[in-house]
Amino acid sequence: MQAYDVIRSNRFSKALPWLTVLLLIPAVSLPAWGESSWMREVVEIACYFLFAMMWNLLAGYGGMVSIGQQAFFGFGGYTMLILGNEAGVNPFLAIPLAAMLTTLIAWPVSLLAFRLQGGYFAIGSWVIAEVFRLSFANLHWVGGGSGTSLTALRDIEKATRESTTYWIALACIIISIAGIYLFLRSKRGLALLAIRDNENAAASQGIDVQRLKLAVYLIAAGGTGLAGALYFVSNLRISPDAAFSVNWTAFAIFMVVIGGLGRIEGPIIGALLFWFLNKFFSDYGTWYLIGLGLIAILVTLFFRDGLWGAIHRRYGLSLFPTHRFLKPRN
Amino acid sequence: MTEIILQGLLLGGLYALFALGQSLMFGVMRLTNTAQGDFIILGGFFSISMVAATGLSPGLGLLVLIPLAFIAGYALQRCVLNYTLGRDPLPSLVVTFGLSIIIQNFLLEMYSADPKSLEAGSIALASFSISDLTVGVLPLLTFGIAVLATMLLQALFSYTSLGRSFRAVSDDREAAQLMGLKPAIVYAQATGIAFMLIALAGGLQAMRTTIAPADGPLLLLFAFEAVIIGGMGSFWGTLVGALLLGLTQQIGFRLDPGWGIWFGHLMFLVVLVIRPQGLFPKTRG
Repeated sequence: MQAYDVIRSNRFSKALPWLTVLLLIPAVSLPAWGESSWMREVVEIACYFLFAMMWNLLAGYGGMVSIGQQAFFGFGGYTMLILGNEAGVNPFLAIPLAAMLTTLIAWPVSLLAFRLQGGYFAIGSWVIAEVFRLSFANLHWVGGGSGTSLTALRDIEKATRESTTYWIALACIIISIAGIYLFLRSKRGLALLAIRDNENAAASQGIDVQRLKLAVYLIAAGGTGLAGALYFVSNLRISPDAAFSVNWTAFAIFMVVIGGLGRIEGPIIGALLFWFLNKFFSDYGTWYLIGLGLIAILVTLFFRDGLWGAIHRRYGLSLFPTHRFLKPRN
Repeated sequence: MTEIILQGLLLGGLYALFALGQSLMFGVMRLTNTAQGDFIILGGFFSISMVAATGLSPGLGLLVLIPLAFIAGYALQRCVLNYTLGRDPLPSLVVTFGLSIIIQNFLLEMYSADPKSLEAGSIALASFSISDLTVGVLPLLTFGIAVLATMLLQALFSYTSLGRSFRAVSDDREAAQLMGLKPAIVYAQATGIAFMLIALAGGLQAMRTTIAPADGPLLLLFAFEAVIIGGMGSFWGTLVGALLLGLTQQIGFRLDPGWGIWFGHLMFLVVLVIRPQGLFPKTRG
């Protein structure tokens, strides 16, 4: 009988640890030699990236397309601010705490959202996000509609504040990529991929579909809350319209669709491209946004698996392989 | 109290017009149009421009705009949206969401961010009194149009061959195709009709109040809530859902102006918890 080996890596993914170390040395030491504007920019792009990564997990792997993830982004931001300003928690410590509390609130939210499917799940999530926005806009002790400032960081020196925020952002990027990669390669990750490909077939193989979907929803919410907390630690000022803006999800959709849905490389490429476009074209205002909308439509219609999907198909390149291949042994 | 109920129901009539197009498109092809609200606002702005350019009366201007809207909807479905349909909801969501961003920014570029309205002349201010209640003529007319539109749409679905083809592709696309229907064309006809309703809703919204380029998403949410509360695939259900939403918002506004829309959203979520299939469901997801 023919024996097989299960192949789970390729020569590109084997180079990954070295590539990571090579990138990490300059990245970690940036505060020592870089300018503070660079750090702020990295923090900002980290937040966009984290949001997109979580949206990709939810939509690309969990099959749950949401237009309401800004609910968790804003909730993470506000929770961090309330913990810092009102409860006297160190804001940097409040970032992970806010992410945890966001995961917690996502559980009752999921009970509502999961009553809808497909396109209606997407818009239903948006309604929930609006409820969050309007609720915070009517809470007068956090500034109501005009928002408030993070005063808890007042006593920390600017350079310390900036470099600490930067390192936390860097850690968030690495942990989110590594965490999702390891999760997808695990048994549960395999089950998730099976659900994405065919929910009924996966259920018939004994996978608890609803439980796994809930887990993905909660993880995605927590990660998005983390992004929100981080963003407003760096930004120092929060308002309901900024925190719960649907644009956060719009940009995440753009990044993921352009980069490649359902691939870890997708949001990475998408975030880099978005950063580039934002830097050079955002001065064009309305025309820039019209361009982003148009690109998203064209990519969806004609290149459905995005940039990295095209690269993967052409060259078989995959930095984070989550597939399993069988190779005859001998 | 009677006045709040009356105002709420009249507001709900307008919401019904926002929602009927959405209900139709979802019923026939399971397409969720996230640009619904933006198309309504686009219709509103176009009716303002149309009236300004031709000097027609607002009502007549709308009558000219509605057939054009059919053509636009037909073309959009035929050339773009048909290619996004399938088991996976993502493509249609991304494409309509992209359209939403394009429309908002296009309107911002063309008309600036200032709110505008369609001057309807004397009818906009006319009102009459029944005992101590004052009823505006325009809101009442809007309500009448909404009920009429619901009735016509339901009749179209139940009694015409076009309606039969809508129901056929909705129930089983492949079987309908075997019977000689062309789903691509049936879908385009449905979207064309939905866009006629959208243009009508846009014009009436612009007459009732001011419209601004960023208003679309909120109208989408109202339309969506009305459809879900009423139950998918039922036009009378959509009308009832819209009336309930208008009523709840009006009561909320009276309690505290900051919480009116919040109350509407909350009522929607409550319905979702106790009756997720809506009040009068017809179509299965």
